[in-house]
Amino acid sequence: MRYLPKSPADREAMLKAIGARSIDDLFAPIPAEYRLNRDLKVPRQMAESEIVDWFRERSRENGEAYVTFLGAGAYYHYRPVIIDSLISRGEFLTAYTPYQPEISQGTLQSIFEFQTMICELTAMEVANASMYDGSTAAAEAATMACRVTGRNAVAIARSVHPEYREVLATYAHHQGMPLATVPFTDSGRVNLNELDKAITPDTACVLIQSPNFFGTIEDVAAIAEVAHKHGAMLVVSIAEAVSLGIVEPPRQADIIAMEAQSFGVPLTFGGPYCGVIATREKYVRQMPGRLVGQTTDRNGKRGFVLTLATREQHIRREKATSNICTNQALIALMANIFMTIYGKVGLRELAKQNLAKAAYAAQEFGRHAKVLFSGAPRFNEFVVQTSEDPYAINGRILQHKIVGGLPLKKFYPELGNAALWCCTEMTTRAAIDTAVKSVAESERIAKSVKEPADVQEVAR
Amino acid sequence: MKHVTRKATRHVNQNEGLIFEKSSPGKAAWKLPPLDVPEVDTAELLGPSERKDLGNMPEVSEIEIIRHFTRLSTWNYAIDLGMYPLGSCTMKYNPRVNEVVSRLDGLANGHPYQPEKISQGALRILQTLSECLIEITGMDAITLQPAAGAHGELTGLLMVRAYHQSKGAPRKKILIPDSAHGTNPATAAMVGYAVENLKSNAQGMVDVAALASQMNEEVAALMLTNPNTLGVFEQEIHKIADIMHAKGGLLYMDGANMNALVGKVRPGDFGVDLMHLNLHKTFSTPHGGGGPGSGPVAIKKILEPFLPTPVVITKPDGSLGFEYNRPQSVGRVRAFYGNFGMFVRALAYTLANGPDGLRQTTEDAVLNANYIRKGLEGVYDLPYSTPTMHEVVFSDKVQAKKGVKTMDIAKRLIDYGFHPYTTAFPLIVPGALMIEPTESEPKEELDLFIEAMKSIAEEVEEDPQMVLAAPHTTRVSRLDETAAARKPVLRWKP
Repeated sequence: MRYLPKSPADREAMLKAIGARSIDDLFAPIPAEYRLNRDLKVPRQMAESEIVDWFRERSRENGEAYVTFLGAGAYYHYRPVIIDSLISRGEFLTAYTPYQPEISQGTLQSIFEFQTMICELTAMEVANASMYDGSTAAAEAATMACRVTGRNAVAIARSVHPEYREVLATYAHHQGMPLATVPFTDSGRVNLNELDKAITPDTACVLIQSPNFFGTIEDVAAIAEVAHKHGAMLVVSIAEAVSLGIVEPPRQADIIAMEAQSFGVPLTFGGPYCGVIATREKYVRQMPGRLVGQTTDRNGKRGFVLTLATREQHIRREKATSNICTNQALIALMANIFMTIYGKVGLRELAKQNLAKAAYAAQEFGRHAKVLFSGAPRFNEFVVQTSEDPYAINGRILQHKIVGGLPLKKFYPELGNAALWCCTEMTTRAAIDTAVKSVAESERIAKSVKEPADVQEVAR
Repeated sequence: MKHVTRKATRHVNQNEGLIFEKSSPGKAAWKLPPLDVPEVDTAELLGPSERKDLGNMPEVSEIEIIRHFTRLSTWNYAIDLGMYPLGSCTMKYNPRVNEVVSRLDGLANGHPYQPEKISQGALRILQTLSECLIEITGMDAITLQPAAGAHGELTGLLMVRAYHQSKGAPRKKILIPDSAHGTNPATAAMVGYAVENLKSNAQGMVDVAALASQMNEEVAALMLTNPNTLGVFEQEIHKIADIMHAKGGLLYMDGANMNALVGKVRPGDFGVDLMHLNLHKTFSTPHGGGGPGSGPVAIKKILEPFLPTPVVITKPDGSLGFEYNRPQSVGRVRAFYGNFGMFVRALAYTLANGPDGLRQTTEDAVLNANYIRKGLEGVYDLPYSTPTMHEVVFSDKVQAKKGVKTMDIAKRLIDYGFHPYTTAFPLIVPGALMIEPTESEPKEELDLFIEAMKSIAEEVEEDPQMVLAAPHTTRVSRLDETAAARKPVLRWKP
């Protein structure tokens, strides 16, 4: 086996040194009746070339070279090539959690820079080293709010990513955390009156997403006012990190739970991604996850260490703030490099292109079908309502090697034939025009079929 | 340094400040293509939601970024540089073909919501890996959704709870041996269970009599690491399983140490009802400085209705798809389907090994740990003489008499060119040195390690100060962790 660095003679010599007759001696502690005396039924050992071929085949079966209008929590942005060249360095790739700071300063300093940039972008005072992803970060932020406030209920907006809501429901179920769902208005934003009614003296936090699942930017200040009036915290989930380049960060939030996938992390069929929690300094001791802090060595030289570990499971065991241990360091490094590349000016320009593409697409779709939630600003996603089932329309668009918007029936049946479309800097005008043409054609046919019925309706 | 190490030598590496300290207006490492749609008036579109300023985000050029991160990387130790015997972490070689195949266009750019029709490749990978892991663990079904080992524990205990609930009541307690990882009790607390500690016996194994007396109808499950954190196989595992099952409890196995078992014995065959695996340990996906991990949970048939949604199924037409309609499911533990990129790597590793390679891997891992044990026995105190599987735990009892603790020995090991072992864990061994070499170490590297550890033991006798002041060869000496925690500086400020 090519990964194993021993010759038969090495093994012999080692067994001899140990005083064992054969390797079986070393497995004697396993009761004989349980030992596996056959080969595992897994595929035979393959050559590297065969492995590459096998996965190339899978890649070809997996939408290779399709253009996508899908977003919904996973965004297709350009990834500058130096991200992969740098994260492929073995010193980053094949190290572990920096438990020994003297030989881990590379990882530690890069996390410190990551924490700093997340703070700059979110306007928060502290950020952790990463969480698994945006969905679990949101759930952990909600449980953190419960610890801070000593309350245990959560009011969550229906405009939060439906799968994030499902994850929160899973986490909440056994922690005695009642959830109230707050509806959205015709503008796609949180319904403030309903929010006010949903908050009880037991509500630890209000959890919203902005831009929300429909791409709509929430009125964070107004929501914060309602939440804070009742003594509840405001947790804001940000699923599309690129929005932070042009959209005002939720400064009124108490905790921000982010998904940083948009910052240079490939889609990879849903993961690994990079969650982050950012908050106010005063709440840092209730925060889950690893934190890197600056300190000095015995000679007064600047250095970095993992810190505030007394919150964590390996010290506190069942009293820890979370059970989180290994998280997403390498993915955070991708995001870190991405943020460094685009920086202060590039992130704004990148976000502006996203805004422009989505604005153009929404306008073009709007000529033929109904674009919902036009009463509030949006970033790079929008909802199009059609006469025909969007699955059928998407089926035709797929023939152009284009994946249409996400049909919303599964998550929001009340929106009827609606689909969530996303445009990024990668979406070309040509692709937008092709998709719009398909929707226009569908509407034209639907109207010509429907017309007689409409006439009858009027006649009656 | 009294004993000159054969493994490492000092060499120049570059100083490097924080990236913010290099920033100046007008430098850039990005370039966007020309916009092919009309420009927009951001103020008009966004109104008060428009962001005007990005604060202290850096402005630097591409070569500066390359140098910055390359320089930082040279300050890290890594498996690629040498042995990384961090006990319980299974720091094995991360094959490079895994990285190549995970970056193939259709896999790296596959969107989680793209139609199933054009997701057959990804679904096939999910299914094939699932089948391999089910066979390796001897279980009946699996979920790949959990993002890490601790997340797998959470998922597993949610299923335990749902199972007991379906029988009438969720029960109240989880039994956890005192040698367990800290994630076990932390997870039990997250799922609303009380934790009851289980004492180990003189051999470092579960005290079966104590278990029998503590087990009752209030206990939902036992969370057992096997081999345990001492590297010891629980020889009375069949009795343990029987005791749990007789009172309706479940046996959960923390699979952190699965590298000692693959191809030699299957947890499903010795009575385990559910277990998580760590793909970043046993299945070679890179540790990446602390993640991403992946923590699939393999289960017996009785727990299948409770699996998180969605589940991969074969449809009547033979194509693969996701099934969401599972009324007894514990729900979702993560958006989408889990850390797919890690599944690709773990499967590539499994295919590269095949049944013979997987077995040989396990044998070599156990051989290496026993070789180290033999080499250091008598030099360091061995608190438990029970046979060693994939890792060996010594204590600093001998050296502590000179005032030298496990952490000091660990720091000195850095000067000899090694990453330290795990210090001060498991908690049942005061001053523990927990050493897991994995199968990836050649005999030469092991000999160097043994030589280094013996040399340090000699130094402790002759010149303890040398060890107490270590490391002597690193960029920074020991860092003030107390100050870091007392007055946390968690971000750069201008």
